[in-house]
Amino acid sequence: MDERPRESGTSRRVSRRAFTKGLALGLGAAAIPAGATAAVDWDIFRQKHFREMTEEEIKRTIERLERQASRRWNRDVRISTAKAIPGVVFGAAVDASRCIGCRRCVYACVEENNQSRNPQVHWITVLRFRKGEKWADLHNAEKYYEPSRVPEEGYFYLPVQCQLCENSPCVKVCPARATWKEPDGIVVVDYNWCIGCRYCMAACPYGARRFNWGEPSVPAEEVNPNTHYLGNRPRPRGVVEKCTLCIQRVRAGRYPACVEACPVGARKFGNLLDPRSEIRYLIEHKRVFRLKEDLNTSPKFFYFFST
Amino acid sequence: MLSVIRAAAWRLVRGDIRYYAWLAVLLAIIALGISRYSIQVDRGLITTAMRDQVAWGFYIANFTFLVGIAAAAILLVIPAYLYQFKPIREIALFGEMVAITAVLMCMLFVMADLGQPLRVWHVWPVIGLMNFPSSLFIWDAIALLGYLVINVALVLYALWRLATGKEYRLAVIFPLIVLSIPWAVSIHTITAFLYNGLVSRPFWNASILAPRFLASAFCSGPALMLIILQLIRRFSAVEVENKALFKIAELIAYTMGINVLLLGAEMFKEFYSGSIHAAPLEYLYLGLHGKTGLVPWIWMATAFNLFAFVVFLVPRLRERLFFLNLGAVLVVLGVYIEKGLGLIVPGFVPDPLGEIYEYWPSASEGVIAAGIWATGALLLTLMLKFAVPIYTGEICARRPSAVEGGERAPGELATSRAERGRG
Repeated sequence: MDERPRESGTSRRVSRRAFTKGLALGLGAAAIPAGATAAVDWDIFRQKHFREMTEEEIKRTIERLERQASRRWNRDVRISTAKAIPGVVFGAAVDASRCIGCRRCVYACVEENNQSRNPQVHWITVLRFRKGEKWADLHNAEKYYEPSRVPEEGYFYLPVQCQLCENSPCVKVCPARATWKEPDGIVVVDYNWCIGCRYCMAACPYGARRFNWGEPSVPAEEVNPNTHYLGNRPRPRGVVEKCTLCIQRVRAGRYPACVEACPVGARKFGNLLDPRSEIRYLIEHKRVFRLKEDLNTSPKFFYFFST
Repeated sequence: MLSVIRAAAWRLVRGDIRYYAWLAVLLAIIALGISRYSIQVDRGLITTAMRDQVAWGFYIANFTFLVGIAAAAILLVIPAYLYQFKPIREIALFGEMVAITAVLMCMLFVMADLGQPLRVWHVWPVIGLMNFPSSLFIWDAIALLGYLVINVALVLYALWRLATGKEYRLAVIFPLIVLSIPWAVSIHTITAFLYNGLVSRPFWNASILAPRFLASAFCSGPALMLIILQLIRRFSAVEVENKALFKIAELIAYTMGINVLLLGAEMFKEFYSGSIHAAPLEYLYLGLHGKTGLVPWIWMATAFNLFAFVVFLVPRLRERLFFLNLGAVLVVLGVYIEKGLGLIVPGFVPDPLGEIYEYWPSASEGVIAAGIWATGALLLTLMLKFAVPIYTGEICARRPSAVEGGERAPGELATSRAERGRG
């Protein structure tokens, strides 16, 4: 695949070839008006699947994407391709008896991961449940609660995001292998490979995946320039994104933003393979549960009670 | 041979005022559809009413319905070739053309639904990275493409033999026909499995889904054929015997009976056991938490289907063209609602976290869908316009004057052709 930087002559030639390729694939190229061609990223015809690229191709792709991202956000955007750390499988947990439903994790996540502000994209959903009714009754959970203060009397809360399934239904159904589980257990999306069919969203039992229905927008001053290819780099319109457990942070030895932001310390995170980690201690000593256990998705996202 | 193609192609642009008006209307709708689609490409799928909660909508609903239509051509082929039912055998060719049209429309609907349509090559073999055999999406693509190839081959072969005035060679097409029957069943089964295999969606995750798909497809497809065949009969020299229509109607009665039975089985299981997995069905038929968006539609569909069932069941009703046509229209509409929005939307309502987002297609989705339907209608019209003169023997490779034994009357030709295949 051609990964040369776009110079005037090359660019035209590549575009034309790319265009012919598009036609050959039976697309209604005529249906794309002149105004929309600006929205078409012709580089998509040159780039391979992330896992099929050689180190050299990855390097050139990252250089190109960094240039594009820096231009788009008017910031010096870095895109890391840090690989999974050997001997590490990440797990996360939420203390159901501590969560106060403040949604600070939701907005910390938005800022850290450059989610679109308009239209709004949230990777975390906090659900409110009425106490004393059916246990964690999703069908009667409230997502749009708006009290002046939290926690509210008579309610408890559970944040839901990617549940880090061992058997991920989303990965199974993706027609293009554009989403997969990394060796450290993080389920990622190659935004440059996703075709936007949303089959993974139909397959996810936890409503954890988000689609860029419109052009994502992040104000330049709010951009987080430290990104990862499989995480919080700029996304195009028309692709799926999701919680990556802040892949750009955790592979650099930091906590995910939601864990850091939680004011009551309800969120836990760690290496499931490390017997001395906090998360292992919690799993072994607390009453833990996972959502929709009957589906055998085997999440690595746990809920527990400290009290 | 070339002269036949030239003569038939020339006919595409010749017709009476009704023909030109029909083409003009279709082209206008297609133009509208393209303009709305270009806006969708420009702004993204935010122009639709779909959102994260209901990730598939009208496009996929139409896709699902049309897979059923495509499969149904085979309901004509089975009696025609396997049971040697002569009157239907003559018209199986048109069923195959409807199948080709429906499959192409399916592909257009999927393309309209993609967030990144230019990346569709990512799922192609060799140049892309298709997730085979894990993703049912890929299975479905293979099934539909294969079905398209089989039907195109059958149609081209039949037209070629007709154009050269030669007989069908059963030895050549019989393997294809035998292959096409299970293949037709498979395109619909696999499309059902696409939804069926998702544990996240209890509404689809029921083993009755694939049989229900087949049963309803074998209602709507032949019903649509009833209408199309009568239109062909009316606007061309093609003879379609009433006997053939009544036979198709009888077949619809059986498949509708099965369809109603399967629906009843599903209703019983969900409502009697009354687990939370009944919520989508409850949303569809009764409304949930005061949200009743689909309720009037599904009851309308149910009423249509039951009424049509009675029409097709009673010989005295189905053998009167007025009731036959009424029944056919009602079945098509009923299944369109039931196997369209009535199947797709409740899969997403309530969503996995219990939220109820009431989906109704946006104007943009409606116009784009209309554009695709008009494209299908245009394609079918042109295919028929091309094929009918060859079929009736109006255009033939041999000049009539040069034929030994002189000219043949169209009727004579039809009879002789009907007899050929039996040998």
